[in-house]
Amino acid sequence: MSGRAAILNTIKNNKPAATALPFIDVSAAIQYIDLLQQYKTVLESIGGSWQELNNEIELEAAIQSITGTSTAVVNTMLSLPKDLAGVDAVALEPTAIAIMKGLVAVAENAAIWVTEEQMVNRLLPFICQQLVLVINEHDIVPTMHHAYKKINVAATGFGVFIAGPSKTADIEQSLVIGAHGPIGLKVIIVKNKYV
Amino acid sequence: MKVGLFIPCYIDQFYPQVGIATLQLLEKLGCVVEFPLLQTCCGQPMANSGFAKLSKGCDTNFVNNFSNYEYIVAPSGSCVLHVKEHLQSEDNPELAKHIRASVYELTEFLTDVLKITTLDASFPYKVGMHNSCHGQRGLHLSSMSETVAPAFSKPGQLLQMVKGLQLSYPQRVDECCGFGGTFCVFEEAVSVKMGKDRIKEHTANEVDYITGGDISCLMHLEGILKRQGSNTKTIHLAEILNSKL
Amino acid sequence: MKDHASLAEQFIKDEARTDWHDETLWFVRQKRDKAAYGLPEWEQLRTWASEIKDHTLSALDNYLVEFETNAIANGIKVHWAVDAAAHNKIVYDIMKAQGVKKLVKSKSMLTEECHLNEYLQQQGIEVVDTDLGERIVQFRKEPPSHIVLPAIHLKKQEVSDTFHEHLQTEKGNNDPQYLTHAARLHLREKFIESSVAITGVNFAVAETGGFVVCTNEGNADMGAHAAKVHIACMGFEKIIPKAAHLSVFLRLLARSATGQPITTYSSHFNKPRHGQELHVVIVDNGRSRQLGREDFRNSLKCIRCAACFNTCPVYRRSGGYSYHTAVAGPIGAILNPNLDVQAYSDLPFASTLCGSCTNVCPVKIDIHQQLWKWRQVVTEEAKVPISKKMGMRFMAWILDCNVNYKAAGKIGRWVMRNLPFLVKNKLNPWYKQREMPDAPKESFKEWYIKNKKA
Ligand code: SF4
Repeated sequence: MSGRAAILNTIKNNKPAATALPFIDVSAAIQYIDLLQQYKTVLESIGGSWQELNNEIELEAAIQSITGTSTAVVNTMLSLPKDLAGVDAVALEPTAIAIMKGLVAVAENAAIWVTEEQMVNRLLPFICQQLVLVINEHDIVPTMHHAYKKINVAATGFGVFIAGPSKTADIEQSLVIGAHGPIGLKVIIVKNKYV
Repeated sequence: MKVGLFIPCYIDQFYPQVGIATLQLLEKLGCVVEFPLLQTCCGQPMANSGFAKLSKGCDTNFVNNFSNYEYIVAPSGSCVLHVKEHLQSEDNPELAKHIRASVYELTEFLTDVLKITTLDASFPYKVGMHNSCHGQRGLHLSSMSETVAPAFSKPGQLLQMVKGLQLSYPQRVDECCGFGGTFCVFEEAVSVKMGKDRIKEHTANEVDYITGGDISCLMHLEGILKRQGSNTKTIHLAEILNSKL
Repeated sequence: MKDHASLAEQFIKDEARTDWHDETLWFVRQKRDKAAYGLPEWEQLRTWASEIKDHTLSALDNYLVEFETNAIANGIKVHWAVDAAAHNKIVYDIMKAQGVKKLVKSKSMLTEECHLNEYLQQQGIEVVDTDLGERIVQFRKEPPSHIVLPAIHLKKQEVSDTFHEHLQTEKGNNDPQYLTHAARLHLREKFIESSVAITGVNFAVAETGGFVVCTNEGNADMGAHAAKVHIACMGFEKIIPKAAHLSVFLRLLARSATGQPITTYSSHFNKPRHGQELHVVIVDNGRSRQLGREDFRNSLKCIRCAACFNTCPVYRRSGGYSYHTAVAGPIGAILNPNLDVQAYSDLPFASTLCGSCTNVCPVKIDIHQQLWKWRQVVTEEAKVPISKKMGMRFMAWILDCNVNYKAAGKIGRWVMRNLPFLVKNKLNPWYKQREMPDAPKESFKEWYIKNKKA
C-alpha cells in the first residue's frame, strides 16, 4: 500500500464521529470606535511608523522625497522594468527601500495584506532594508474576520499579512527590530481614495 | 439541613483541628452534621498515580458511607474534585452519580448552598490566600488568571466576612504550590522549588498566615516554612471561618 | 535511563538560573494574558478554534484529499510520509534530484520530531537553521528547548560566546541588538546562496490547496522566495477547512504564543512562483494512531503556540531538556507517550495536574485530563518497569500498594497509613527539604467518637 493510501485508510478507520463546523459570528468580535486611531496605536506598538496624507498629490510628493534619499529604491506602484519578477536574490539584496500598495489593513493588529500582484517579486518586501506600504484609510477593517471577508487569499500565487518590521526576541526575550526582513516599516495612510 | 461530613484521610490523621472546625462551623450555621465512621481514603493518591483501577475498593466504601446524604461536605477541594470526577460504582451507578452531584467543597457549600452573607468570626491577622488548583481550576471556586471572565472568589468572599482579617494575594495569584499529590515525592525537586516560590511571594506581603481550602497544599508549604525556620504559619480556611479571636 | 524527575533535579541545582528561566517564561505568559484580556471575545474565539479543529478531525481524510487535489491544481507537488524515515527520505530525494548539498530551513517542529537535520547531515547535506534561536542552538549542537523560543534556556553571554566562536563577533559583546545584527548578515548570505529551502506549515487550507507560514523574523520567506525549490513539511493535523477559518487561528496563535496581536508575517503560499518547484510533504508519524485513541485524539488539535509551556510551573522550573524529546512541555507530555510509551512513561507524571495548561490552550485541549489518563495507560502498558523511569521510591510504593491491596482488600486504609508524604522516614523524599506535619494527640475520628457520637 502506498503511504498515501495507508495514511488515509487509518484516518478513515480512526476518526471520530462527525461534528459540525461552528458559525463564526463576526458581530461577536471587538469593535473599535476609531479604526484609524486603533490602527496607528497598534502599528507603533509593534515597531512600525505611519504618515497620514490627504490625497494623491501629497502621496506623490512623499514618495518622491523617499526616493530622493537613496538610489536603491524599488517602487512597484510605478510602471516597472518588466523583469522585476524574475530578478534573483543577489540582485535584489542591495534594495534599500521598497514601496508598494497594501490592499487591506487590520486595526486589531496593524497587519496589511499584500499579494504577489502588488509586490511583483515575492522576495522584495522581505529582502529590502526598509518597507513602505501605502494604504487607503477606507481599507482599514476592524479584525481579521473582516479582512478575510474582503480578500481572496487564492487570487494570486502568494499573499502575506505584514505587521510591522521584522523582529526577534530570541536572545533573552529582548526585542530586536530587524531580524532577517526589513529593519523598518512605514505605512502611508492616504485619506482620500487612491487607486 | 443534614450534612454528611467527609474528612479526607490526611486531615483525619494529621490535622484533626480542621475537621473539628469544619464540623463546628457547619453546626453553628444550623446544619445537622454526621460523620460516617467507616470512611477512609477516597482513592485519589492512587488514581493520580495511574492506578485508578485499584481504587475501586475506595469507591465502594465511599458509596456505602455517603449514599444517605443530600449534601456531602469536605474541607478539601482536591478530594471533592476527585469524587466528582472519578467516583464509580459498578453495582450502583445511579447512587454514584447522585453522590458525585451532592459532594461539596466547604467554601462553595457556604456560598452557594447555605448562601451565607455574614459570619460571626474574627481573626486579627495578615492572611495570604493560596488558591489551590483543584478547588480553583477544578471546582471553579474562584476565577482563574488564564481565562477572560469576570473576577470572583468564593473563599475571598467568605474571608471578607471575618473581622480584623487583612487579606492579601501573592503576585502570581493562582500559581500551583507544587504539592500535586504523589508529585510531591516523585518530583521532589520541582515540587519543593514551586513551594518555595509561593512562599517567597507570600512573605513579601509580610503575612502571618497562609490559608487555603486544601490542607494538602498547606501541609507542603508548612513543611517548607518549618524547615526554613520561618515565622509564617499555615492555617486552613475552615479554622479561620470558625475562629473568634 | 533519562527521566524527567532526575533531569529536573539537575536543572534546579542552579537555583538562580532556575529563577531566571522561570521569570523569563512567566513574563511571556503575562504578555499572553494581556493580549487575551484585550479581546472580550477571547473565550468565544477559543471555542470556535476548538470546534473547527474537532470538525476537521472528524472529516480529516476528506479534507486531506481536498487539499491535495487543490494543491496539485495549483502546481504544488504533494508527498505523503507514513513516518519520520519516509519523510526524511522524501526530502533527501528532492535534494538529490537537484544535485545540491545545502539547504536553509526555517522553524519546523515536525522536522525536529523526525530528526531531519541529523539524517541529512549523515547524507552529507549541510542544513542551516535560519530562525535566530534555532541557529544559536544549532551552532551549539543542542536541540531547541522550547517550540517557539528555541534558545530560551540560554543567557546572552552564552549566545555572545557562541557567536564569537562561529561568527567572529566581538568577544564579550552581549548586546542582543549587536548579536542579532551579526546573525542577520551571516544568514542573509545563506539565504541568497541556497537553492533549496524548507519551511514548516502552520495551517494548510483544504479549500484553496495553499498553506500559511507564520514568522516574526521573515526567515521562512527569505528562504522560500530566494530558493529554486521550496519544501514545506507538515503533520497532517495542520489542515483546516476554509481560508476564512484562518482569521480565528491567526487571532489566537501569536497572542497565545508571545502576546503579539499577530506575527510580523503570515505568508499564504498558494502556487510556486514562476520557475520554482514547490513541494508539500504530509506526514503521519503516529498521528493516525493517536486519532484512534478516543481519550487522546484531541491532542491533534494543537497549533504549537507553546502557551502551555509558558504557563506550566513545572516546565518553567525544569527546562525543555528535562522532557528528553523534541516537543517538551505539557503538550509534549501527552504527545510523546503515543510515539513510544516505554521511553516517555515518565512524562505524564511531570505535572501537578494544576490545569493551567488547559486554561491557556487556544484550541481547548484538555491537557491535564489527558495527563491523568496517560498515567492510567502508562501503568498498564509500560513494559520497562516504571521503577527505572520513576525511581525506586515510586515503584516501591506502588508495589506495596498492589500487594497490600490484594492481600488486605482494604486499599483505603492502607493508603492512609502509607501515603508517601506521611511516612515518617528519613529516606522519604518528602523529608529532604520539608518537615513532617506534627502528629496530633488524636485523630479526627477519635475526637468525634469521644465528643460527638451520641
Ligand atoms: S497544546 Fe494548546 S497551548 Fe499547548 S502548544 Fe498546543 S495549542 Fe498551544
